[in-house]
Amino acid sequence: MSASDEVFILGINMTKFGKHFDKDVVDLGAEAIMAALADGGVTMADMGIFAAGNLLGSGGIGQQLQKQVGQTGIPVFNVSNACATGATALRTAIMAIKAGECDMGLAVGVEKLAGAGLLAGGDRAADGDSWTPQGRYGAVGPIDGRVGTATMPGVFAQIGMEYGHRYGGVDFELFARISEKNHSHSTLNPLAAYTKAMSLEQIMGDMMIAYPNTRPMCSANCDGAAAAVVVSGAKLKTLSLEQQRRAVKVSASILTSDPYEEACQVLPNVNTLTRNAARQAYEASGVGPDDLDLVELHDCFATAELVHYDNLMLCEEGGAADFFNSGATWRTGSTPVNVSGGLQSKGHPISATGIANIWEVCHHLRGEAGPRQIEGAKVGLAHVIGLGSACGVHVLEKSAA
Amino acid sequence: MTTATQIPFVHYLALDDGPPHLVAHECTSCGAHYFDRRNACAGCFGTEFRSADVATTGELRTFSIVAFAAPGVEVPFVAGVVDCDGTSVMANIINVDPTPEKIHTGMSVRLATYSMGVDSDGVEAIGFGFEPAP
Repeated sequence: MSASDEVFILGINMTKFGKHFDKDVVDLGAEAIMAALADGGVTMADMGIFAAGNLLGSGGIGQQLQKQVGQTGIPVFNVSNACATGATALRTAIMAIKAGECDMGLAVGVEKLAGAGLLAGGDRAADGDSWTPQGRYGAVGPIDGRVGTATMPGVFAQIGMEYGHRYGGVDFELFARISEKNHSHSTLNPLAAYTKAMSLEQIMGDMMIAYPNTRPMCSANCDGAAAAVVVSGAKLKTLSLEQQRRAVKVSASILTSDPYEEACQVLPNVNTLTRNAARQAYEASGVGPDDLDLVELHDCFATAELVHYDNLMLCEEGGAADFFNSGATWRTGSTPVNVSGGLQSKGHPISATGIANIWEVCHHLRGEAGPRQIEGAKVGLAHVIGLGSACGVHVLEKSAA
Repeated sequence: MTTATQIPFVHYLALDDGPPHLVAHECTSCGAHYFDRRNACAGCFGTEFRSADVATTGELRTFSIVAFAAPGVEVPFVAGVVDCDGTSVMANIINVDPTPEKIHTGMSVRLATYSMGVDSDGVEAIGFGFEPAP
């Protein structure tokens, strides 16, 4: 086997996102794996590497899943990279193929999150009887809520507000309109956790979580899994014409972390590493932002979607508000963004998200997206951010076969 | 008998060296500021640090009015990032109504301290935030 320049998605699947009270993480992950293998027309016997992601479980999800679907002794990589965990699992399998270690690999991300509350800053210890300095800051009591906020809705609210401070033209209503778009898109996605359209008034009048993010402007905690089978270009040529026709080309698979900049250790900077990942992805694929027929980006909060229009260079620098106001990112616009409904309505089972967004893009490139099909889609981009930070960007192209 | 009667909420709040102010670890090579310890500067990998006082006035660069938090956290409160003459500081914005009408990015703020209460040994913890500056 030799190093491979070309890698394709051969099979891919996401489960219904939502509440799966009767299934555990192994059941959900196995469901996505079995369906992805069947979608690709292969079995566990064909896999040369397995990368698996799950953040909130007990660890070793890859081996647990092998015991559920097939133990063949192949290397397992259990990966953890915050909300970019799924994309990291996929990238791991892709790297193994690119390196020539194997010609087929499997990646899965799975999470049980229904009913979870705040994932960071969700609980706080009481103050002790005596003020005793502890931890890296010598704090005499819990910090959250006293020195800013650790909660994700609050952190990402600040990220969106900072963009508004820098460029102007941004207010509560603009962010709410972004959420209105994604909730509207979700009505066409039967696998989304929530599929109800919401009016601007409903969104703005809902429970405030962290201004300017109200509840429907936050990603939905839910259960779900997504899995993908990847194959080298050389191996794909030996498979059936039908497999070749449905295969989706991975034109770029990029993972970045946040480089040091002033302030990045005070408020996470999700901009520079996304911009770096996008630049590398466009360079590797030869695809430009104008070529994209659809984009699935990490709208963990409405305030996050806005900044990523700019970071992914879908608009001019500083022009995200005008870009959105032009209608460009609605499914009828020039650059449809989050036609799946996005994390705000499709849901965000953390580790599954970075493969589920690829599934959405593949679904359109294969022309299999039914009523929500973006007609004639040939090129798409999928983006995730894991706070801390990690950014995954994949550029996908319809097979020429 | 005398004992210490005050303790700062975090070690980077200086109470006993003139008016209250924040103190950062400053990389001697590139000037980057950190509020906790580093083995090497994340920006330039320099390994020498010195203490540097942080300006007590600044501009509010961003904020959120947090309305939903862990039990025990008083809500709503304002979380923000203040640009103190080139050093970014995470803090609560205090002594202001936590409403969008009263808070805007770009507003001038200044460091303010407040009592967090006295413990069983009679020691008073002093917290900090930033308040609107005239």
